[in-house]
Amino acid sequence: MSTRTVTYALGTTGVAPDGTPVRVPLGAPPDAEPDLGGEHLLLNIGPQHPATHGVLRLVVELDGETVVRCIPHVGYLHSGFEKLGEYRFYNQIIPLTDRNDYLAPMSNNVGVALAVEKLMGIGITPRCTVLRVIACEMSRIISHLVWVGTTGIDLGAFTPFLWAFQQRERIYDLQEMWTGARLTTSLTRVGGLMADIPEGFTAGLREFIQTFPRTLAELDRVLTRNAIWVGRTQGVGVMTAAEATNWSLSGPMLRASGVPFDVRKDQPYLGYETYDFEVPVGEHGDVYDRYLVRLEEMHQSTRILAQALDRLPDGPINVDDPRVILPSKSRAMSDMEAMIFHFKQVMEGVTAPVGEAYLGIEGPKGELGYYFVSDGSAKPVRWRIRPPAFLNLAALPKMAEGHLLSDLIAINASVDIVMGEVDR
Amino acid sequence: MGKHDVSGIASPNWLTTRAEALFDWVKQRVDPAVNWSRANSLWPMPFGTACCAIEFMAAAASRFDFARFGMERQAFSPRQADVLICAGRLPFKLAPVIRRIYDQMPQPKWVISMGACASTGGVFDNYAMVQGIDTVVPVDVYVPGCPPRPEGLLYGVLLLHKKIKGESLVTAGLRDEQPLDDRGLRLPPATIDEISEPFGNSLHQFRSA
Amino acid sequence: MNPSVAALRATFGSAIGRAMELCGDTIVYVDRAHLVDVLRWLRDTPGQAYDYLVDVTAVEYRDRERPLEVVYFLRALARVADLRVKVELDPAGELAVDSVASLWAGANWLEREVYDMFGVTFRGHPDLRRILMWETYAEGYPLRKDFPLRGRFSRAEQVRQALNANPEAHYSLEELSLADVQAELPPDMVDRLRRGERGTVPHSE
Repeated sequence: MSTRTVTYALGTTGVAPDGTPVRVPLGAPPDAEPDLGGEHLLLNIGPQHPATHGVLRLVVELDGETVVRCIPHVGYLHSGFEKLGEYRFYNQIIPLTDRNDYLAPMSNNVGVALAVEKLMGIGITPRCTVLRVIACEMSRIISHLVWVGTTGIDLGAFTPFLWAFQQRERIYDLQEMWTGARLTTSLTRVGGLMADIPEGFTAGLREFIQTFPRTLAELDRVLTRNAIWVGRTQGVGVMTAAEATNWSLSGPMLRASGVPFDVRKDQPYLGYETYDFEVPVGEHGDVYDRYLVRLEEMHQSTRILAQALDRLPDGPINVDDPRVILPSKSRAMSDMEAMIFHFKQVMEGVTAPVGEAYLGIEGPKGELGYYFVSDGSAKPVRWRIRPPAFLNLAALPKMAEGHLLSDLIAINASVDIVMGEVDR
Repeated sequence: MGKHDVSGIASPNWLTTRAEALFDWVKQRVDPAVNWSRANSLWPMPFGTACCAIEFMAAAASRFDFARFGMERQAFSPRQADVLICAGRLPFKLAPVIRRIYDQMPQPKWVISMGACASTGGVFDNYAMVQGIDTVVPVDVYVPGCPPRPEGLLYGVLLLHKKIKGESLVTAGLRDEQPLDDRGLRLPPATIDEISEPFGNSLHQFRSA
Repeated sequence: MNPSVAALRATFGSAIGRAMELCGDTIVYVDRAHLVDVLRWLRDTPGQAYDYLVDVTAVEYRDRERPLEVVYFLRALARVADLRVKVELDPAGELAVDSVASLWAGANWLEREVYDMFGVTFRGHPDLRRILMWETYAEGYPLRKDFPLRGRFSRAEQVRQALNANPEAHYSLEELSLADVQAELPPDMVDRLRRGERGTVPHSE
C-alpha cells in the first residue's frame, strides 16, 4: 500500500497572529489601489436560499470576496411556540416540540417530558428511562446525518447527502414502527411514553447498529482526508474556548473549541452516568474540528444504543399514577374510577404544583433546555425553550468576519442550525 | 366539436368558424403535447421552511426519488422553476418573501401547498402564522399531512400532473399574472378572515387558564 | 441552596432579595439597580466564576399583582453549578433593565428576544431591535399576557401588514452603519427609524 502526502496551502485563516479575528474596517483599506476604490458590496443571502439551512437571512457586506460584516436576520420561521404553550396542557405541548427541532424530534419530546416531570416531581420507570436514552441517541444520529449531508452539499460533495439520507430512512422506519410517524413522533408523555416498542424494533435497531458504522466509514473515507474538504474547513471560523464560553455556545460547537462540557456527562439525566461512552472534544475550534466531533459523536451514539439495548429491562413504560397517566381504554370503559381519572385528565388536564423548573438535555445541536413556570393550573404560565441553535447562530458574525464569502457558507453550515429551533 | 366564446362575436361567420376550428386543433393536437411536456418536467422551487422540508428532502433522496417524475433539478432560483412547493409553515414575516418568489417565477407556474401548516396554518393558530398560504399566493394542489409522507407529496405531484393535463392553451386568462390589489391583498379581507377561522369547536385551545 | 447566595448576601447586602430552592434549583432575586454589578461579581470573582450564561428570558404571571420577572440562568462551567437570578419589574411601570451584553456576548440576541416578546428595554444594549418579529411589527409584544393568542388585528389585517412590511428595506449601507451608532443618535431619529422610516442612501462618489 502506498502512501501519499498532500501538502495543501490554506487560504486566509481570518485569524491574526495573536488569535483575534481579522476584521476589515469600513472604507477603503489603506493600501488599496486608487482605482479599485473602497466601495463595499451588500449581498443579501436568503431567506430563501439552499445554503442557509432554513429560512435564515444573511446580509453580508463584502470587500471583494472578504466578509467585512455579516448580519444574520432570523425570525422568518417564528411560530409562536412559547405563546402556544401557555394555552396547552402539558401533554399537548409534546406534539408541539416535534416541530421545534424537526431534525431530531424525539430528543425534543424527551427533553420536555423530563422538564415537566422535574416540575411535577414525577419519577419514571426503568424501562422508560432506557427507552428514552434510545430515543435520544437515535435522534442524535439522524440530526448529525442531516448535518453531514447538507454541509457536504454546501461544500460541493453531493453523494454523502444521499448516503446519509438512506441511513436516516432506516431510523425513520424504526421511528415509524414505534410511534406511527416518521418525523412528528410525539413519543413521550408526562410520566412515560406514548407506547412501548413493538415486536421487531429491537431486531431492527440491532441490525442498524451493526451496519451503520459502514456508512460512517464511507463518510470518513470520502471526507476526512479529502484535500478540498480539509482546505475549506481547517482554520475557518475559529472560536477559542474562552470565546465559545462567553458566546454561550453549546454542543459540538462548544466542544470543538476545546471546552469539554457535555450535559450527559456533567449534569447527567436518564442514567447517562452509567453508560460507557466518550465525548469527543476538539482543539482548534474550526469547522473541521466540528465535523470531526459530530462524526465521532455518531460512533459514540451507536455505542450507547448497543448498551441500552443490552440493558433494556422489562416492565411498564408508564409510571403507575392514575392522575398523570391515562388509564387504558378498556379499563376506562369498564371501571368507574378509571373513567373518572380519564375524564379529569382529558377535560381539566394534569395540574403542576406552583413553582418552576429548568432542565437542559444534550440535544444534537447543543444544550436544549426547557423552562416551565407553573401557577398551579394545568397550563404553564411560561414555557421557555432554551434554543442551542439560536445561541450558536448568534456567534456567526464573530466567526465569519474577516473570512471569504465561501468560508461564510462553510461556517454557517458548521453551526448546525435548525430554524424551527432558532425562531420558535 | 366544442364551442368557444370567440371574442364575443354574436353571430357566427366564416372567421369565427375558422377560429373555432383553430381552437379545436390546438386543444386536440397542441395541448396534449404541451401539457405532457410541462407535467413531466416540473422543476420544483423548493420553498422549504420547516419539517415538511425534511420530508421534501427525503422525497428527493434515493428512497423515494421524485427525479423519476421529472422533477430532477430543484431550481433554487425562481426564474427557472415551474412549481413552487411551499414545504412548511409560513409565518407572517415570511409572507412577503413567498409572494415575491411567486411573482418572480415566470408563467406557466403552479403552487403546491405541502403540509397542514402551508394549507391552513396547521397547529399554529396564533399571532405569528399565516393561516394557509392561499391567502398570499394562489394554490393548485394541497397536500395534507403533518408532515405528509414522501409518498403523499408524490401523490400531490401526480394530482398536479393530472391538473396540468386538463389545462388548455386557449383558456383565456389561465396563465395571466394575478398581482396583489392596491391594498396589498390577494383576496378580499372578508374571505381571508373566513378561511382563517379556527376549525372545530374547541374553545379550550384559546383559553390560557 | 447554592452557596453563592450566602456569598452574595455577604457582598451586596440589601440588594439581594429573597432566595429559594425549587425543584433542586437555586433562585435568587436581585434589585434592578444593582443587577449588572451583581452579575459582574458573579462572573469575575474566583470561586464564583459563572462564566457561562445559559439563558435570559422573562416571565409574566397571569396574576396581575405579580411583577414581571427577567430571569438570568447562570452556570459556572468548571464547577458545574447553576444559579438563577431574577429581577422584578412592575408590569405597569417602566420595563427597563441594564444590559449584560458586555458581560456575556450570548446575552446580545437573548436580550433582543426579550425586548421583542415582552417589550423590556435593555439599557446599554448595542443593537436593541426586534429579532423574531419584523422591525415595524405594530401589534405589540406577543408574550405579554394581555396580548391575545391570535393577535390583536384581524387575520386580513395581519396578512396586509405582513405583505406590506418589506423586510428587505433593512439592509441599506446606511442602516448597517447606523446599528453601530444607534446609541449616539438623537432619540427622535431612533424613534423614526424604529417606526420604519427609511432614508435614501446618498449617492457615493
